[in-house]
Amino acid sequence: MAILADKNTRLLVQGITGREGNFHSQQMLEYGTNIVGGVTPGKGGEWALGKPVFDTVKAAVEATEANATIIYVAAAFAADALFEAIDAEIPLIVCITEGIPILDMMKVYDYLKHSKSRLVGPNCPGLLTPGQAKVGIMPGYIAKPGSVGVVSKSGTLTYEVVYALSQADLGQSTCIGIGGDPVIGTTFVDVLQMFEDDPQTEKIVLIGEIGGRAELDAAEFIQNHMSKPVAGFIAGRSAPEGTTMGHAGAIVEGGAGTADEKIEALRAAGVRIADNPEQIPALLR
Amino acid sequence: MNLHEYQSKVRFGRFGIPVPMGKVATTPQQAYEIAREIGTTVVVKAQVLAGGRGKAGGVKLARTPDEAEQVANQILGMKIKGLTVRKVLIDPAANIGTEIYLGVTNDRAAGRPVMMASSEGGVEIEQVAHDKPNAIIREHIDPFLGLRDYQARNLASGINLPREHWKAFTKIAHNLFTTYMQSDATLAEINPLVITKEGQLIALDGKMSIDDNALFRQTELAEMRDIDAEPKEVIQARAAGLSYVKLDGQIGCMVNGAGLAMTTMDMTKLYGGENIGPANFLDIGGGAQADKVAAALRIILSDPNVRSILFNIFGGITRCDEVARGILQALSEVPSELPMIVRLNGTNAEEGRAIIQNASISNLYYADTLTEAAQKAVAAAKGEL
Repeated sequence: MAILADKNTRLLVQGITGREGNFHSQQMLEYGTNIVGGVTPGKGGEWALGKPVFDTVKAAVEATEANATIIYVAAAFAADALFEAIDAEIPLIVCITEGIPILDMMKVYDYLKHSKSRLVGPNCPGLLTPGQAKVGIMPGYIAKPGSVGVVSKSGTLTYEVVYALSQADLGQSTCIGIGGDPVIGTTFVDVLQMFEDDPQTEKIVLIGEIGGRAELDAAEFIQNHMSKPVAGFIAGRSAPEGTTMGHAGAIVEGGAGTADEKIEALRAAGVRIADNPEQIPALLR
Repeated sequence: MNLHEYQSKVRFGRFGIPVPMGKVATTPQQAYEIAREIGTTVVVKAQVLAGGRGKAGGVKLARTPDEAEQVANQILGMKIKGLTVRKVLIDPAANIGTEIYLGVTNDRAAGRPVMMASSEGGVEIEQVAHDKPNAIIREHIDPFLGLRDYQARNLASGINLPREHWKAFTKIAHNLFTTYMQSDATLAEINPLVITKEGQLIALDGKMSIDDNALFRQTELAEMRDIDAEPKEVIQARAAGLSYVKLDGQIGCMVNGAGLAMTTMDMTKLYGGENIGPANFLDIGGGAQADKVAAALRIILSDPNVRSILFNIFGGITRCDEVARGILQALSEVPSELPMIVRLNGTNAEEGRAIIQNASISNLYYADTLTEAAQKAVAAAKGEL
């Protein structure tokens, strides 16, 4: 099992001929991900990394029967790439692109609600189901198959935790980065529900940060709907109020969205919270 | 990016929101000229990107041009929350009857814009939300449909606005929403929106924040950035493609990734206790090539409070041996006597460690774990390493 991506994933790459898209497509292929084609407007008919390139997502889906797409398109054009993927009714869309204007994302978010697609991201490292498929930019070798589900807003912090889990012989079912932007397609609650329903996943690690209230919603969900144990870490306890800390969404505003309030809510819901991410493997024992 | 009041009000005016016919002065003489042109009692307002200008003495009435000159002379050059006042706005004083609030922002949980109105104008909306949450009326707006007339009426009736003002209010609400959308704003707020004793609605004060990610298509707004309001390190960091926030601790942090950078800060605070903590947030992004590390190092070293530096890099796609070589090259370009602690994890961490240790630089230390690195950085900042 695992969630969202596995060996049945047939992946398209939007932006496969760009620098980032091409590099990471190579990495995904090396991991064993089944990339079935790519999309770059104006380059239809060419080949990239041995895969056919199409001008449009629609043509690519018709030819390849892709069931997932990953977007490496530059921020200014990312919204259009997202709308194109949604209109092609691709079930899973993963958007790596950082820096998409929030107005664009609010329109995409609205459009998604009336669609057949699920979006992961944007501004995220994507997802990795160890031994099956890597849809994103996570370094594949840090993970190993197992029963811990990992969900996070972060990139390198997630890699740290996944690496520490693997070192402690705690393999993962799926590792998923939901992204650090204010408006994202898939939330903590969505992923927690999927992990709760996934027979392979036995324990869960949640990595949050300051800003917004997604972790508070997660705490409420865990309290009311989850049977599996959850451990976690919240970054940004030492961050000042009113300043964005790298991620567009990581900001404490009007006293709301602090790490302490999230930690308190998660603890009250029974989540074991680490002071230090290096403690997480021990908290799962 | 935040706009000044005068910039926000020019923008409001362009989209059809009634604003006072004021002008900006950078000298007391200009303030005199503007006040004379206006010909009535004026209000002289400090233009700084900080709240609480009134309390700090940055907003004053002047009945005559001479008084405007004097008041401007007091306010120009004044410091408000550490920011020097370089401009004042001279507005005709309004005959204020009632003050209300009207603003539009992004509701990240709903993934939609939300327009808010309150009868408690002239007070910060966060304060109203805290003291009288029921006084704020909210309408979520479909980003494709835009604000509907009935939603503006919901707001007007929700704050008990007298019916004779609904038409004017609705027009302002529409124009404010258009301003917000057309500017890629994350906040567009009129506070207060005044009903004058003559029965006119006018935006007496305005505030706008623009989405930094949209500045590529808001070139006119991008040029309005007030670089005087930003520390020079922030400007340097932006030019180098680094994300940097100055803090008031002693441990300079250089990390790849925003989440890990925050975590590294948290660790220095966790082990540093009351008096020792992070000097900055700094995300060098992917790669950690020598030129970026050198640029980041220069910025960290320009902070006189820094007593030790902590490098925390997780090599994913990037290899730690490359990162280690990048750090050594950067150190040769930007020499410093400060103790530096390097912690590398992930791809080729062992090779990276060997490179750092074999360099035999006396002020360069290696740590295996984040915990050890943070503890060493704290000890170094205390002079105990």
